[in-house]
Amino acid sequence: MSASIVSRRSFLKVSTLAGGGLMLAFNGLDKVLAGTVAEDVLFAPNAYIKIASNGIVTLMATNPEIGQGVKTSLPMLVAEELDVDWQKVVIEQAPLDTVKFSRQSAGGSGSVRSSWEPFRKAGAAARKMLVDAAAQTWNVSPDECVTENGWVIHKPSGKKLEYGALASKASGMTVPTEVTLKDPKDYKLIGKRIPNVDNKKIATGKQPFGIDTKREGMLYVMVARPAAFGKKLKSFDDTAARALPGVKNVVSFDNKIAVLATSTWEAKKGRDALKIEWEDEVALESTAEHQENLKKLTQQKHEIPKRTDGDAEQALAGAKKVLESVFEAPFLPHAPLEPMNFFADVRDDKVELYGSTQVPARVRAEVAKALNIGEDKISVGVSRIGGGFGRRLQADYAIEAAKISQLAKSPVQVMWTREDDMQGGYYRPAGMYRYRAAIDQNNELSAWYLVASSVNQDNASRQDNFPAGAIPNFRVDSHRLNSAISTGPWRAPNHNFLAFSEESFLDEIATELKKDTVAFRLELLDRAKSNPAGKLTYDVDRYKAVIKLAAEMGKWGTPAGKGIFKGFASHFSFGSYAAQVAEISITGGKLKVHKIYCAIDCGRVINLSGAETQVEGGIIDGLGHALYGELLFEKGATVQKNFNTYKLIRMPDAPAIEVRFIDSNENPQGLGEPGLPPVAAAVNNAIFNATGQRIRRLPLSLATLLSDQVDRNR
Amino acid sequence: MAQYNLQVNGKKVQVEVSPDTPLLWVLRDTLGMTGTKFGCGIAQCGACTVHLNDNAVRSCSLPVSSVGNNKITTIEGLSEKGDHPVQLAWDEADVPQCGYCQAGQIMSAAALLKRKPQPTDQDIDTAMAGNICRCGTYKRIRTAIHAAAAKKGGKS
Ligand code: FES
Ligand code: FES
Repeated sequence: MSASIVSRRSFLKVSTLAGGGLMLAFNGLDKVLAGTVAEDVLFAPNAYIKIASNGIVTLMATNPEIGQGVKTSLPMLVAEELDVDWQKVVIEQAPLDTVKFSRQSAGGSGSVRSSWEPFRKAGAAARKMLVDAAAQTWNVSPDECVTENGWVIHKPSGKKLEYGALASKASGMTVPTEVTLKDPKDYKLIGKRIPNVDNKKIATGKQPFGIDTKREGMLYVMVARPAAFGKKLKSFDDTAARALPGVKNVVSFDNKIAVLATSTWEAKKGRDALKIEWEDEVALESTAEHQENLKKLTQQKHEIPKRTDGDAEQALAGAKKVLESVFEAPFLPHAPLEPMNFFADVRDDKVELYGSTQVPARVRAEVAKALNIGEDKISVGVSRIGGGFGRRLQADYAIEAAKISQLAKSPVQVMWTREDDMQGGYYRPAGMYRYRAAIDQNNELSAWYLVASSVNQDNASRQDNFPAGAIPNFRVDSHRLNSAISTGPWRAPNHNFLAFSEESFLDEIATELKKDTVAFRLELLDRAKSNPAGKLTYDVDRYKAVIKLAAEMGKWGTPAGKGIFKGFASHFSFGSYAAQVAEISITGGKLKVHKIYCAIDCGRVINLSGAETQVEGGIIDGLGHALYGELLFEKGATVQKNFNTYKLIRMPDAPAIEVRFIDSNENPQGLGEPGLPPVAAAVNNAIFNATGQRIRRLPLSLATLLSDQVDRNR
Repeated sequence: MAQYNLQVNGKKVQVEVSPDTPLLWVLRDTLGMTGTKFGCGIAQCGACTVHLNDNAVRSCSLPVSSVGNNKITTIEGLSEKGDHPVQLAWDEADVPQCGYCQAGQIMSAAALLKRKPQPTDQDIDTAMAGNICRCGTYKRIRTAIHAAAAKKGGKS
């Protein structure tokens, strides 16, 4: 591999650790990510290396770990180029520190893509300084020295020195302006199966999560929040609550009432004992009217399209045949298994915040604003996080904890029940997607027109998604429906439903054209390459390669076992290409998903085990929500309150999964999200192959097949 | 408020809490043992699973007053050195993603293996259906249970 030139001398800061070790902090390397699709790349995190004189190498995990594996995969990048023994590496979770590090967050499948270059360069730079230190000690040329597993070796003489022994001297070496990165064929860690670094602690109950935070004098808090979106606090009586054992304080703010107690249970009983009157602030919303309004919007043209190639309206008007289908997406809560909670200790001169957040910098900024306290007075510690899925991109629950601590003058851990969490907002917005496709005289797909509508979103589409580029007349409109119900990003935002609607509709078109659905996609991709319409944001060859690999894995075109039906779908998101084949059966009106085959191209795989589990988990997540996920509203309140009514996928429904990665030398891409989107469509298309009927709303309900036979050929 | 003498992980402990307090909160808040997790509070997710005399129970829905002399085992006490076959298998199969559900999953799996040392896939479906993994690690959980069963079979 060619040498990478680091132009900024300042990228490494060296200091000597107490006890004589080497410490390297690196920040702000070039964020140039050759070959990356600039979709939602928000994060360019930095890292931190400490080599102690005893040879222990500590690598800082800079980004919040929400289960996406960055606490393992990012340090692997540094360790690879540092050439250190992974068994001797200690990983430490870094607190928020905008001086030492730049962006520390988790979201947009961006951590690995943005760290790939700088983290490796940091490892390589540290390695070079250790080599220089050894060369100086032996009075030889650094060119005669190599490194291996935490040792510098002088080749001609065979002399060796361990990194620990060189650490102090290395700290006096000149910071390199140029580093040579390894040839990928020499990788010892990258591409291998490296288990999650916290496995042992997790398996023994020793790994703390945000909810496990305890501090001297801390009180547990339960908060009564408006029982429905659109309601506000009218009055309350806390006499009974205050009389309960363990209840220490009751404070009210922002339409909320917080009960502080010496245990979670006492706080909950205190909250239950509050007598509260709520009143309506605005009209209370329900699902039925959302659906009606969303549907109305999809019937309207938007004056400003999100994308337009050719003239879709004209092509539709002159078509031999028009296919039209409307797809419906429900609201979804994130429901991470660790409910929202946060620790705050607000004093006059300093504020300590600690807990499960995907965005510690945002938490600090918003708490500073809410409390009118300088950011420099606020520290934010990041725990391991019991799932995020987008919910922990919000700072609401941290601000709430800080306000309570300030009002009550006490360190607090605010606990949310599952019911609080379910009503807590920031949902995946509900939406509706009306597709029209024109088939022309030559039996070709000549136009595609999507009119989307969604709650609180200006753009519910990803207008450049395939088949954009493959169809001469193409248009996407998107309408916004305002709502008092708060919405936000949910794992693979918009992709999580668009892949279902797009790939189901493509399947409908293939059926209409009497074409094999896989061959049809390949044909469209060929068109996009030979004769692109408008701009192309995906790589046709990589797209085709995953489609072909998935088809091969799932033996597409050959019949499955008796009663087993297959379905196909593919999708490109966060720089990665995914294609899936689903195998299902339907017996006695019950759907069973037997197996999902998934081919994926995410560029170079960093941690094979971690990568595979991300894709497996994405598939289970996508499938579970396709089967069950639906949050309904009745007068501003969620109908589903907990896991007895809001169903999540469980072990008996989990299919077998086979994942294969395209062998790639391309830069690594996102992987926390791309495995999720295609699965709902793959299963839905298999349901069509089994029943001859189409489902166009999630969750997939076989019951609707009988009652909801929408004629697609209007 | 009342006093309870509990047997937790082989040790006798005394707590003073109100009788309706779920065992989960006694463990977490009173005893500071946070390995057992809260996920739903209504016996639906399994995050709070502990053993009551070797049986997997949901501690969020078990009032402390009903525990009596039964032996409680939590994830912290499943093995002394973290080397219960299920714990080892969990690392080898690299099961955890966020990890939050895994204490509960491991406790359910350990109880299953105690009852059925060589469980079938069907047994696993039934025994593990009460434990939600929001990250979707089910495939690896299944692999790890089979691996732990094989290991146990080899040992004894
Ligand atoms: S917290 Fe007990 S089963 Fe969910
Ligand atoms: S590993 Fe995250 S909930 Fe199971």
